Amino acid sequence: MYKRKDRRLDEPREMDAKVGIIKRADGSAMFKMGNTIALAAVYGPRNLYPKFMQNPEKGILRVNYNMFSFSVSERIRPGPSRRSKEISLVSENALLSCLNLEEFPNSVIDVYIEILQADAGTRCAGICAASMALADAGIPMRDLVSAVSVGKVGDAIVVDLDKSEEDYEEGSTDMPVAMMPRNGKISLLQMDGNMSKEDIKKALDLARNTCNKIYELQKKTLKEKYMGEVENE
Amino acid sequence: MNNISKEYLLSLLQKGLRLDGRKLDEYREVELELNVSKNAEGSARVKLGNTEVIVGVKLEVGTPFPDMPDEGSIIVNAELLPLSNPDFESGPPNSQSIELARVVDRGIRESKALDFKKLCIVEGEKVWLVLIDIYSINDEGNLQDAASLAAMAALIQAKIPKYDGNKVDYNEHSEKLPLVRKPVECTVIKIGENFIVDPIKEEEVFIDSRLTVAVIEDGNICAMQKGGEKALSIEDVEKMIEIAIEKTKELRKKL
Repeated sequence: MYKRKDRRLDEPREMDAKVGIIKRADGSAMFKMGNTIALAAVYGPRNLYPKFMQNPEKGILRVNYNMFSFSVSERIRPGPSRRSKEISLVSENALLSCLNLEEFPNSVIDVYIEILQADAGTRCAGICAASMALADAGIPMRDLVSAVSVGKVGDAIVVDLDKSEEDYEEGSTDMPVAMMPRNGKISLLQMDGNMSKEDIKKALDLARNTCNKIYELQKKTLKEKYMGEVENE
Repeated sequence: MNNISKEYLLSLLQKGLRLDGRKLDEYREVELELNVSKNAEGSARVKLGNTEVIVGVKLEVGTPFPDMPDEGSIIVNAELLPLSNPDFESGPPNSQSIELARVVDRGIRESKALDFKKLCIVEGEKVWLVLIDIYSINDEGNLQDAASLAAMAALIQAKIPKYDGNKVDYNEHSEKLPLVRKPVECTVIKIGENFIVDPIKEEEVFIDSRLTVAVIEDGNICAMQKGGEKALSIEDVEKMIEIAIEKTKELRKKL
């Protein structure tokens, strides 16, 4: 049976979160999951140009996911890649499900996710940070979005795989999951590897439990900022 | 955010006052944090007030230039992230980010801060390339000085990864980079007849001209870059260099 040195199989890495870290942005947040650090900033709702892209029915959400060149061992060339474009797209959908963009016709909400340090699970950390940044920007949301990667390392179902687990020699399956914790609905689901139907069920349950923990941290961090502001007034 | 007029700004400056209460030649609080991204060979975060820049250094094995077969090299790149400023757009580097990176590059290169010969692995075949990547996190003015200071801090901290002749092992690092000099850059701004340093955004829009000066330990200058639309007199340049030499002494203490 696969074992972890420093945490249980159903235990995520140590988490940390902050909001309001980028003063120029309308909303911003940092989310840290073990050694993975994501920064997110929100600008908008603001006018969308070129004008022909505007939709008088509803606003649009644009998500841009990017990794710092030095966030991984082998430097990544700066600029968009096929991988980063795909992650931008799935992250956009993950966040869209909690927004009501009819309120912002002809506008755009820009979300920028930057990975400062990577040790697997970067899209999940990015989504956690981005949803907090949206809340920090005061954009009406049905719920926050929490995300974590689950999967299988060797023969064990695990939560929050790190890089060494993703690269585990005897086989590894990675399944990033984002959900709105209040109703438990899944807004991002991807998978690479090999798992049975039963394993997937177990892994999704584990994702749900962990997202609830992440949700508590996200709410606590947002509350602390705004409660603090009220008390200081 | 810019609802002040140039006349108002000039009237303040002529009295020796700044919008945020600083003196004309006073930097905002300078904060430096090292090792902010563990997979980089060296990294640093610099804050000038609310302005924030992160720089990371990576090392790669590459082939030397044919005319310098026994010398490694540096490559500096700046990404002005749309995360850091509502006016920045995604896309390939624009002239502002290219200028910023090149001015940081010239400070390091022209001061001969790194002993390029010591970055040679096999003459004519393999050398270390030092890749310095600058990212803006929050742009509230003076990205240039923040970037330059962060780049130097990241270089000081950086260590060379293990190389067995075939593959680089980024999990193991040995000695530090062969750093022999530490250039520090200061950008002096001219607005009207006034000289200031470390402008905030509201001041940056009214810049008539600027001069970035890279200063080494002995007070000599190793690189300069004039920017802005208005021309400078020789006296202006002399004055600006003097200010830069004085201010870089303060900045250098942070390294």
